[in-house]
Amino acid sequence: MSDGFVSRGFAGRAREAGDNAGRVPPGQYLTEGFPVLSAGPTPQVPLDRWEFSIEGLVRAGVTWNWQEFTALPSRDWTVDISCVTKWTKLDTRWHGVSVDDLLAAVEVDPRARYVTAFSYGGYTTNLPLTDMVNNQAFVAWQYDDAPLEPAHGGPARLVVPHLYFWKSAKWVRGLRLMAEDEPGFWESLGYHNRGDPWREERYSGD
Amino acid sequence: MPEPLAWQIATVTGIRAETPQVTSFALALPAWRAHRAGQHYDVRLTAPAGYQAQRSYSVASPPSREGQVELTIERIPDGEVSPYFHDVLEVGDRVEVRGPIGGYFVWEPDLGGPLLLIAGGSGVVPLMAMLRERSASASSVPAVLLTSARTVEDLIYRDELTALAAADGLHVIQTLTRSQPPGWTGYARRIDQPMLSEALAAAGATPLAYICGPTLLVEAAANGLVELRVPPAQVRTERFGPTS
Repeated sequence: MSDGFVSRGFAGRAREAGDNAGRVPPGQYLTEGFPVLSAGPTPQVPLDRWEFSIEGLVRAGVTWNWQEFTALPSRDWTVDISCVTKWTKLDTRWHGVSVDDLLAAVEVDPRARYVTAFSYGGYTTNLPLTDMVNNQAFVAWQYDDAPLEPAHGGPARLVVPHLYFWKSAKWVRGLRLMAEDEPGFWESLGYHNRGDPWREERYSGD
Repeated sequence: MPEPLAWQIATVTGIRAETPQVTSFALALPAWRAHRAGQHYDVRLTAPAGYQAQRSYSVASPPSREGQVELTIERIPDGEVSPYFHDVLEVGDRVEVRGPIGGYFVWEPDLGGPLLLIAGGSGVVPLMAMLRERSASASSVPAVLLTSARTVEDLIYRDELTALAAADGLHVIQTLTRSQPPGWTGYARRIDQPMLSEALAAAGATPLAYICGPTLLVEAAANGLVELRVPPAQVRTERFGPTS
């Protein structure tokens, strides 16, 4: 119904993204800052009690403590991120371990097709397993060469840069492999089940 | 697949300055449906060449106001969408919106209380929708509002909050962080633990807390309430950097 609508007197910024225009998904604007969004208080997780588990449809689950987890093969990642609240940030720098390397520590049941990431504080988000493998996703504990701040998801957060950032669960505590899809926190509250910024999958039905 | 949340073309029916930098815009919606207090709408502006910009703005009006929503928008000087609202938009203009959106930072009378609402700057907007809904529904839920602004001129909805405090028992605590007028009886510093303790005591045991504002304020207030033994699951937050 809104095809062809033009906002009277709106010129917009002259392609603020410049050379980066091809890196900014539709409806997004570039930010230099790093806005924080979360639904509740920031959980404070002491490192000596921190754990990360892989459970669900695996032959034998695995749980790492902080020392074990940060000793896994890790590397630097430089990725663009987009939040459903409309900001996009280019070239964010993280350090962490790929989900591929985490899954290599367990024997994944072939029936597993979905993943629920679950967090300290109770947050959950759901992803197809195909969005988590082939170096598309990692668990980071450093941002810009410094320990990841609690407000940004520290001690460790999942990062899935090709999906809206609510899929990148802060304070992540583990991954559960599942045969059936199960909507997570925002996915149960009207947000899109997959959340591809390039297809502008913001809300249910988009 | 659920139905998509469709864009619709709203008409501006009223514009009211709240403070020098904050203005409320009443929009008539052809496909209105009742929102829940605390939800927001997305706004999309389109330039003649097709360029589009989107932002989210909280609804300030209560769901009981049929056919309309009112958005209260702070003008961000370097912004792209908020200056358009403030400098260009006039009554009778049309603007593309879709909503309501958001299912967690919401309150409705059935959720009960007591309500402990904490805001920095324009973070008071979604909380005002809750207070207006509480008033419109004649809810007896006790409510406390703790707000922080820079100066007295920056206090949004000041007269209406005074009226609500007089009429239906809303307990208002205000702090001005930059300057205070002569005779100011509120606080004159950033929100801190003593202020949170006072607000918590006024609200009563185990309130439902809603905190909205700049990230640092929200972090401090949410962590502060948890330190004061409010269960984290009872504390809902909405944080923003500037929404330009």
